[in-house]
Amino acid sequence: MTDETPPDRVFRDGLAEGRIRLQRCGGCEAFVFYPRVLCPHCHSTDLSWQDASGDGVIHTTTTVRQKPERGGDYNVCMVELAEGVRMMSRVEDVDPPGVRIGMAVRAVVGEIDGAPAIVLHAKEA
Amino acid sequence: MAHELRGKSAIAGLGVAGLGEAPGWTAWDIMARASLAALDDAGLTLGDVDGLFCAMMEDTMPALYAAEYLGIRPRYVDGTMTGGSSFVNYLGSATAALAAGLCDVALICYGSNQRTASGKLVTASKPPPYEAPYRPRYPISAYAMAAARHMHEFGTTREQLADVAVAARGWAAENPEASTRDPLTREEVLASRMVNDPLSVRDCCLVTDGGGALVLVRAERARDMPQTPVYVLGSAAASHHRQISQMPDFTTTAAKESGARAYAMAGVTPDQFDVVETYDAFTINTVLFMEDLGFCAKGEGGAFVADGAIAPGGRLPVNTNGGGLSCTHPGMYGIFTVIEGARQIQRRAPGVQIEGVDLALAHGNGGVLSSQVTAVLGSAATL
Repeated sequence: MTDETPPDRVFRDGLAEGRIRLQRCGGCEAFVFYPRVLCPHCHSTDLSWQDASGDGVIHTTTTVRQKPERGGDYNVCMVELAEGVRMMSRVEDVDPPGVRIGMAVRAVVGEIDGAPAIVLHAKEA
Repeated sequence: MAHELRGKSAIAGLGVAGLGEAPGWTAWDIMARASLAALDDAGLTLGDVDGLFCAMMEDTMPALYAAEYLGIRPRYVDGTMTGGSSFVNYLGSATAALAAGLCDVALICYGSNQRTASGKLVTASKPPPYEAPYRPRYPISAYAMAAARHMHEFGTTREQLADVAVAARGWAAENPEASTRDPLTREEVLASRMVNDPLSVRDCCLVTDGGGALVLVRAERARDMPQTPVYVLGSAAASHHRQISQMPDFTTTAAKESGARAYAMAGVTPDQFDVVETYDAFTINTVLFMEDLGFCAKGEGGAFVADGAIAPGGRLPVNTNGGGLSCTHPGMYGIFTVIEGARQIQRRAPGVQIEGVDLALAHGNGGVLSSQVTAVLGSAATL
């Protein structure tokens, strides 16, 4: 292999610094998520890193029902970032059934189970 | 010009075992009993099997385990794992292997004891690293998000989804092999416990034990065997993602592609099917597959399945055994779509026998709407 840093490491090191880093393809200019060694759209290996804007829209969502004694209901959703990539995440500051498709959100680095993770906050309407 | 593999193989035997609950039996026992039943059906024995096609959740090398358990040394083995669609997928690879002379008797087999052994879906899948922190429930959260998106884009309703479950129960009520046969109404589905919005517990498939097996041979040999041959007229697979977060379009599955290619291979159009057997892991599946397999336009699946249209007496017989929702779902249901389609063609459906079935569709789904495999099955009249 080369002396480059493995993409998953770059991504996770970014999260540890509070940054959401996405790969961008030099061949077709598409953003790529999850991190990998080639562009899944055009198969170029010319990938560079760029910080995400953090702007996103809820693409779809569900409320996972769970008994209160086990932690209660929680949100699982797909967010589409302004860069065009989608990822799984959760909205942290809205009651789960209140998370709606089309809702504008801000993706930030939060913490889940002691590790940095991308979470979502609703934008003011 | 017809595809060179069209009609070149035929299902010569089929069998099921342990449907519902099979306490104390291992998944391998259930697989073996289904295999013996299928071979007996075909008038063959294990000694005749030289091609083995097997996927199970018990082991990462299930085909090897199955060969060992059965005491056979096949010269052709396929253990390709595409989830619940695997067995529909094997119709294609077995047909190619038979046609190429790489084997002469292909056994496709499966068994599971997930209900009595664990009470829940058994999966060997690890949570994907970029999804795991958010604790999606595998696989229902994925299907729930597809359903939510379909409702958002097309106005599909929970009532329409509920009617898929009601239709499945209507078929199951007449099927002695089905696990759940008591009456079910739309209101009961809507009032049942919500699991992952918008899917309630009655939008979800059963968790059962069970196994199934198929014996395939070259078409010319099948004509001289005991059962009415069921010919594989077409089969095709497509996959656009593995993880739900990578699904390109949450309202269109790769079935659009697998269906089109299978129809082209078979030289058929959707309106010609007498029965349609699809993998209904959740009610949304049937809606998506009606659209993607060409029975209605994109976005019209909810209206298409509503009000008894796919129930007994409706306009299109869909999942005539009761499906994964009400007949059986041992974890990888796909083989039962083939078994029910074949039995309909052979005039020996255990439940409702549709009159004059010559052409059946069997469609398998794997993962989280990930793998889509479509097969076209036909009687001798369709050759």
